[in-house]
Amino acid sequence: MDFLAPTTWADALAAKAEQPDAVPVAGGTDVMVEINFDRRRPRALLDLTRVPELSEWGRTDDGRIRLGAGVTYSRIIAELRDELPGLAMAARTVGSPQIRNRGTVGGNLGAASPAGDSHPPLLACDAVVEVASVRGSREVPAAEFYTGPKRNALAPDELIAAVLIPRATGPQQFCKIGTRNAMVIAVAAFAIALQPQRKAIGTGIGSAAPTPRTAPDAAVFLAGEIDAAGLWESRGPLPEGLAVEFGRKVRDAASPIDDVRGSAAYRLHSLSVMARRAATWAWDDFRSEDRRAA
Amino acid sequence: MRIQLTVNGTRHDVDDVWPGESLLYALRERMGLPGAKNACEQGECGSCTVYLEGVPVCACLVPAGQAHGREVTTVEGLAPEGSGDETALHPVQQAFLEKGAVQCGFCTPGLIVSTHDLLQRNPDPSDPEIREALAGNLCRCTGYEKIMDAVRAAAEALR
Ligand SMILES: Cc1cc2nc3c(=O)[nH]c(=O)nc-3n(C[C@H](O)[C@H](O)[C@H](O)COP(=O)(O)OP(=O)(O)OC[C@H]3O[C@@H](n4cnc5c(N)ncnc54)[C@H](O)[C@@H]3O)c2cc1C
Ligand code: FES
Ligand code: FES
Repeated sequence: MDFLAPTTWADALAAKAEQPDAVPVAGGTDVMVEINFDRRRPRALLDLTRVPELSEWGRTDDGRIRLGAGVTYSRIIAELRDELPGLAMAARTVGSPQIRNRGTVGGNLGAASPAGDSHPPLLACDAVVEVASVRGSREVPAAEFYTGPKRNALAPDELIAAVLIPRATGPQQFCKIGTRNAMVIAVAAFAIALQPQRKAIGTGIGSAAPTPRTAPDAAVFLAGEIDAAGLWESRGPLPEGLAVEFGRKVRDAASPIDDVRGSAAYRLHSLSVMARRAATWAWDDFRSEDRRAA
Repeated sequence: MRIQLTVNGTRHDVDDVWPGESLLYALRERMGLPGAKNACEQGECGSCTVYLEGVPVCACLVPAGQAHGREVTTVEGLAPEGSGDETALHPVQQAFLEKGAVQCGFCTPGLIVSTHDLLQRNPDPSDPEIREALAGNLCRCTGYEKIMDAVRAAAEALR
């Protein structure tokens, strides 16, 4: 086995082009488990922790955060909770402090587990994954990035450079069901992002389909009903029936399986409850924002 | 491959490191530092917790090559040096001893490092903050009440 440790992005891309079967390693919290348990014996490991720009984030001119693939969950929680509240909430639920100190969103995308906690907020926020190779770079919307269970849209010579995530323009929520508060892989997860300026709502479902996915019908329904009732302007309370119906529609967007962590029926039920609550909490946040501003 | 790193202030040159090998293995088997324990090798138990560049991590999930040129502190490096007393303990270690927070001791090195980190960042943690900070460290014999007692006592000793 080789250990490749490029110190520049150009060298990292060149190494990946030369050895497409080299396995990138950022925080190692997925890769090393597989190696320790002999589930994977790659020809080479491609260490990305010495490429400085991967662990940086910045603001773009068009109101987005460009989050380097190697920024850890701990830093997202500490540094980006105001601008990316949904992703920061999800990051807080990942593993344990030690895992959050190493695990990265780039690694979560690389692993592309349907249960990865970054995915629902990335979907809800219309995030775009910036991938690159020696051939150039391209942008893949998160919704198109997940192509199957633990499969993603990366070509063999490509690496994830960053994720472009619009800064929050309204309240966001993330809910996750598991057996305890720490160290759990989600049985089901849900994220919501209110986008009041566009009168739109973003959604993301985790652990309840072969890939993370959005609930577009539910989102259009809720945003439309809120608009029809003039609630974006009046900021009146969200009718209970509307939240319940939203939960049902989110549930209908999922297609979960039975597995050791939970049954499909439980996943569907919990999704409808989480979606109802997340919508209500986000809406209540939206209302209290107005009161604070007043 | 060869890696060079600084562990507890001492530079180590380590040869014949297998590229897929963990920092935990290199520390224990190649550098003679068995303080960090190997229990699960999958990030679940925290018994292998060490500082890498000042940040607590599971050494079992760090490829040894990633530690090349970097600084590691293990539980062996926490006790005060230069006192001439080989049995000198850090206040966190002392508190674990006094409060009976150690039975088999397998989880202890990891808990000591995690507690050390918590109290550096937060000298007066609430109980929920302690539980949150230690959520990645499992103990299968002492029970967490004694461990909570030890962390509270260490916090007081350090304030
Ligand atoms: C104890 C434990 C608890 C966990 N709990 C959770 C949890 O609660 N929620 C959750 O979502 N996950 C959890 N995980 C899984 C893991 O921590 C996350 O998926 C994390 O985001 C992986 O990031 P990493 O940087 O450590 O990835 P790595 O292990 O370094 O890499 C993961 C994958 O991504 C690829 N990769 C990494 N960076 C790039 C890049 N820049 N370009 C292309 N490919 C890349 C790697 O080749 C690999 O296939 C847990 C893991 C452990 C060990
Ligand atoms: S041995 Fe590393 S976390 Fe258990
Ligand atoms: S004292 Fe035995 S595992 Fe904690």
